[in-house]
Amino acid sequence: MRIGVFICHCGTNIGATVDSAGVAENAKSLPDVVFATDSMYTCSEPGQDGIIRAISEHALDGVVVAACSPRMHEPTFRRAVERAGVNRYMFEMANIREHVSWIGKDKEANSNKAFELVRIAVEKLRRNRPLTPKYFPSTKRVLVIGGGVAGIQAALDCADAGIEVIMVEREPSIGGKMAKLDKTFPTVDCSSCILGPKMVDVAQHPKITLYACSELESVSGFVGNFEVVIRRKATCVDNTKCTGCGLCAEKCPSKKSFDRFNEGVGTTTAINIPFPQAIPKKAVIDKSFCRQFVKGKCGVCAKVCPTGAISYEQQDELLTVQVGAMVAATGYDLVDWKVYSEYGGGRYPDVVTSLQYERMMSASGPFGGHIKRLSDGKEPKNVVFIQCVGSRDVSIGRPYCSGFCCMYTAKQAILTKDHIPDSQSYVFYMDIRSPGKGYDEFTRRAQEEYGTQYIRGRVSLIYPKGDRYIVRGVDTLAGAQVEVEADLVVLAVGVEAAANSPHLAEKLRISYDKFGFFMESHVKLKPIETNTAGVFLAGCSQGPKDIPSSVAMGSAAAAKAIGLLSKDMLESDPQIAQVNINRCVGCGKCINVCPYKAIREIDFRGQAKAEVIEAVCQGCGLCNATCPQGAVQLSHFTDNQILAEVEALCRC
Amino acid sequence: MSRNEPFGYYPGCSGQGTSAEYDSSTRAVCAELGMKLQDLEDWNCCGSTPAHTVDHSLSTALSARNFVQAGKQGLFDIVTPCPSCLKNMRVALRNMSDEHIGPQASKLLGGDTLQEGHTIKSVMQVIHEQVSANEIAAKSIRPLEGLKVAPYYGCLMSRPQGLMQFGDPENPMVMEEILAAAGAEVLPFPLKVECCGASMGIPLNEAVTRLSGKIIDLAAALGADVIAVACPLCQMNLDLRQGQINRAHKTHFQLPVMYYTQLLGLAFALPHNELGLDKLVVDPQPVLDKLANQRRAVANAMQTEGAA
Repeated sequence: MRIGVFICHCGTNIGATVDSAGVAENAKSLPDVVFATDSMYTCSEPGQDGIIRAISEHALDGVVVAACSPRMHEPTFRRAVERAGVNRYMFEMANIREHVSWIGKDKEANSNKAFELVRIAVEKLRRNRPLTPKYFPSTKRVLVIGGGVAGIQAALDCADAGIEVIMVEREPSIGGKMAKLDKTFPTVDCSSCILGPKMVDVAQHPKITLYACSELESVSGFVGNFEVVIRRKATCVDNTKCTGCGLCAEKCPSKKSFDRFNEGVGTTTAINIPFPQAIPKKAVIDKSFCRQFVKGKCGVCAKVCPTGAISYEQQDELLTVQVGAMVAATGYDLVDWKVYSEYGGGRYPDVVTSLQYERMMSASGPFGGHIKRLSDGKEPKNVVFIQCVGSRDVSIGRPYCSGFCCMYTAKQAILTKDHIPDSQSYVFYMDIRSPGKGYDEFTRRAQEEYGTQYIRGRVSLIYPKGDRYIVRGVDTLAGAQVEVEADLVVLAVGVEAAANSPHLAEKLRISYDKFGFFMESHVKLKPIETNTAGVFLAGCSQGPKDIPSSVAMGSAAAAKAIGLLSKDMLESDPQIAQVNINRCVGCGKCINVCPYKAIREIDFRGQAKAEVIEAVCQGCGLCNATCPQGAVQLSHFTDNQILAEVEALCRC
Repeated sequence: MSRNEPFGYYPGCSGQGTSAEYDSSTRAVCAELGMKLQDLEDWNCCGSTPAHTVDHSLSTALSARNFVQAGKQGLFDIVTPCPSCLKNMRVALRNMSDEHIGPQASKLLGGDTLQEGHTIKSVMQVIHEQVSANEIAAKSIRPLEGLKVAPYYGCLMSRPQGLMQFGDPENPMVMEEILAAAGAEVLPFPLKVECCGASMGIPLNEAVTRLSGKIIDLAAALGADVIAVACPLCQMNLDLRQGQINRAHKTHFQLPVMYYTQLLGLAFALPHNELGLDKLVVDPQPVLDKLANQRRAVANAMQTEGAA
């Protein structure tokens, strides 16, 4: 074998604390190494050209690059050696940046360790075999999980590109949080007027199938060929018959049901259509309030329904679909602000969340667009907004900024003045964070044109006095305690990952951070991808985002899915397990440990043997480690290769 | 710890002077509830605010000595009516295992060493833990029916949260539950854990008249007949300084400020001299009158009912 070794300086990243030239010189002594050199930036164009030139000049059939993490540039170098005519699996990488130069200052020790890592890589490479990927067809269908604005955008973009879309939404209607908003910043245009048409497009697009009141039950398979089971929850209404006429809700005697869509501002009926623009516009029964379920008798809706769509016996339904890619766009929920006793902890009716306030202001909300207090129905004059409720607060485990509260608070202050011209708004803030196009101008407008008083400081206590509330806080710019009499207090409640996000992440086999937000593949360069091929992220499921960013991310996720499924055949990774049938004793241990169900038992001339289903195997190696006979071997990571690495290290 | 075994009782300095009525009413109520209180022998001041503002080791040693004294009597579970003493004594227990303060304080204790296993709680918390609401109701032969009470804990009963372990630091409910069991109409009192101004009454009187003024103002606005308190210093600021507050704000409040133990004592029909009602500055007579009228109204109603 003829091996070439390339030691990277990575500018000063490696060069400052590793003697790259010395390591290259030493590498020449390693077995089968016929060429070794150092280069300033191996990943750059001249660097890659150097590898290609060396391969042809020295007739190399294997290459080791000692540089950064393989997560960073292994694909880059594999492509380079392939361009020079060498199989891409005849390449090994030694990580001398993250594992050496960045973590130690002693140049001599670092250089020794770098050389050891190079030696390990060379020993492994000597046992590498050329591997060839196989090709398999993919299902040209995308699953979008979550029908908020990010999911809607992803679905429409995919569908417009001609790819079938299945959208799963947990709630009875799509639209997400944006559908609840009255207006949107910084243009103050009507939220449902800009979102509504997109929701209608989803309903009418021939390429999109929408399942509302549904959740993901399970996922199996792999990129290009996922098999997804969807649970369609019983709504007790037959959607094929329901025309959305609303007669059932009109006659429903249980009128005190919790109004989820209106965030508990006002009440609704047990059978209801969440809001006039709902998509799908189908009635849904809330069993926790429906008399038929709570008391065992009622049946009014079934009697009045002109199409006979009510079915109290309806059961959950499981539906299996095949998809090639998935977009997770599950959005966010509000932090439970009731942990803050100082804000009343939910004891005071006129201390409301920002989302409740949106419903109170909305023309299609329970108050018809006339802001009034929940306690006595009076129009408030003094409105106090408190920002960062549940954001940037280490004490409740929410250290991050929710990103958009500064902006919507300014919007709500402006709208308050529009609704009630003789009102006065106050905003308690920590910092005004408005780094977007037209955003800072907007917060200034709230202050300068609308006379909103911004007070820099936190609120320590809200308490009722008479029919008003005293909001006590600190003005840190004036260095003084302030007390504001308020008729209404609006809390800018922060964002947390949607309920059950970690549970969904585990089903999708993607990572999530300690707050439950889904993890992107690379925080800067791969913000849409996850570590599971074929699963993409959009919107607040990845972290707090405003509407423009969510829409952009929805389009980006669609572009990724379209790009993936635009190929007729997808390439499989050849780094998978293989069974040596002569050694296999058919004990079946590998079948039990395989998390992907990629091994099955076959009958081979009357004997039980294991067989790997190549298209399903993900190359995790559990079977390899479990097999008592060493019969299952993971290609590219065989026992012999790993032992050779260990031996090389022990010899150092 | 059951209430049949005696608790070590630490009255605190205030209990000997400004809050003698808190001390006597606490003893009377505890006796009625069957809680045995055994006085600590040769106890000393907990150090109060001055000690820890000057020297943490000194403050720790002063409080720790009381535990040492209790230990000599075989008393390990101490109760005290005063939240400030409670805070100092709990800080002392914590500080004794601090690597810097602990050894210095031990040195100040002379030959005595602090044993393991000491606890201290407020009398209020122990009553809440040991006596059921039903039992309090049963003991309340003259229930506080119709009496509107604003419960005021002061800043210290529930804070610091980790040290005091008294439920939600912003919204404790212990006093509410006890007084409601005794028949009172306990008002939701939003300023229940606000500062009264504490010892600022002497160096910066305005702070006390302003802060305590807000508390009285709100209690009156809510229609309270009486403010129930659990801290000697709060009681003094709200009661003794109510005249100063009235002068500062040109108000005319005459709102009685009573220890919760005095109110419990009234419900239990304990002798007034044991409850020290004569020690109060703002006359509690309106409270007594209201209770008496209420009783009379109930008796009349029953009589009429009986006659009919």
